[in-house]
Amino acid sequence: MIAGIIIGVVVVVLIMVFIGLYNSLVKRRNAVDNSWSQIDVQLKRRHDLIPNLVESVKDYMSYEQETLAKVTEARASAVTAGAKGPEAAAAAENALTESLRSLFAVMENYPDLKASQNVLSLQEELTATENKISFSRQFYNDSVLTYNNKIQTVPSNIIAGMFNFTKREYFEAPDAEREAPKVDLR
Amino acid sequence: MDFRRQIARNKRDSWFLMALVVVVLLILGFVIGFAYWGDYFGGLGLLGVFGVAAIVWSLVGYYAGSGMALAVSGAKEVTHDQEPQLWNIVEEMSVAAGQPMPRVFVIESDAANAFATGRDPRHSAIAVTRGLMARLNREEMQGVVSHEMSHIRNYDIRFATLLGIMVGLIALIADFFLRWGFFFGGGRGRSSGSGGNAAQGIVFIIAIVLAILAPLFAYMVKFAYSRKREYLADASGVELTRNPVGLAGALEKIAADPVPLKTGNRATNHLYISSPEKKHHKAGLFDTHPPIEERIARLRAMAYQGPGEVPAAGEAG
Repeated sequence: MIAGIIIGVVVVVLIMVFIGLYNSLVKRRNAVDNSWSQIDVQLKRRHDLIPNLVESVKDYMSYEQETLAKVTEARASAVTAGAKGPEAAAAAENALTESLRSLFAVMENYPDLKASQNVLSLQEELTATENKISFSRQFYNDSVLTYNNKIQTVPSNIIAGMFNFTKREYFEAPDAEREAPKVDLR
Repeated sequence: MDFRRQIARNKRDSWFLMALVVVVLLILGFVIGFAYWGDYFGGLGLLGVFGVAAIVWSLVGYYAGSGMALAVSGAKEVTHDQEPQLWNIVEEMSVAAGQPMPRVFVIESDAANAFATGRDPRHSAIAVTRGLMARLNREEMQGVVSHEMSHIRNYDIRFATLLGIMVGLIALIADFFLRWGFFFGGGRGRSSGSGGNAAQGIVFIIAIVLAILAPLFAYMVKFAYSRKREYLADASGVELTRNPVGLAGALEKIAADPVPLKTGNRATNHLYISSPEKKHHKAGLFDTHPPIEERIARLRAMAYQGPGEVPAAGEAG
């Protein structure tokens, strides 16, 4: 009788622990998905802003057609890479970041551009979007870290194995960005 | 996960504060009613009135406290089109913290200061002064906003806003009874030499006691609003920006700025990133904020470099 009660209690406790672990895994996975969609929002916004910027600077920068073409190209490949998963998207988006950076660098040589209110406000929007991309990536990577830790450590790894919770990829930053990820144009 | 503990603590403290204020007002209502009418009916009657008023005021403080704090500071809400850079910086920090976007306000003042208010991240606001926007560069403003965003995420805003409203109420009642008491007490003394009504004499005494208590309550605000919250908000702000130099630079400029913020007052001082009073003295027990120099030193230590102390290229190693 007493042994029966003890076994019953142990089973109930085990079921509760099991449910708790499973639910927290689902929450973590949803957090990862949600923070990924946040990056997506910001990347799309950058894709939308770039044609405007190229359009409004190209008259001033007739000698920089190559730089502008690179930006346009990088944007096009980033748009298509979006569907190929985090790793491919990260590579294409990082190439786009690089090309934008060299565009901003050569823009410094054109004082006329600095006088154009339109260009300035586009530049602020792009700066902010760059920052939001890097901050949403930071948040995404943090939630991937928590999630991956959870599915690899005891005891939640047992449940993760049973229900096919798989490891997620980080959104890697290019080496140059690890030191100073923020763009500051002011 | 330190901030999760802070969130739980702030929620608990907020409930405790509302309960405390209701109890204090119930006792106050009974004492004043009993003293004035001289019987238990009077005491219980005023107890009821004060009790209802305290509960209503708690609810008002909870739901409308942030609106009041913004209104007394003279803050005006801005859109993305009006202040694109400030608005963008706030959005950047809300993305970094994974929190909803707070409303953005500007205070038209030359003083350099900022605060956050609200009851939770979904109902929150960040206000900065025009003077701060003029003095800080983008990186530094990001530091300030990251500090405020941490206050929002940690639910410091709920406790701090309630504290201002609730204790502001007690100071208000104290002021009211002080004037009321002097009015009647003084009037009686002049008009009739009959020694006066005993009850009014007691009211007069209560008024004086309250006048002494009011500043004590104001000190209590400062004491309850632990300075640890400021250090924690600085540190978790850096966790968001990964850049301690921005906030340190901003605090240096704020510390060097001599202009006091006129719209700061007893009920809202503790909300600001740096005390609006601009008094410079050694750290005291009742200060709402830790000494700004200490905060800058801690941030600079995170960056492993002081201003002008960047090691030369060949020096290290």
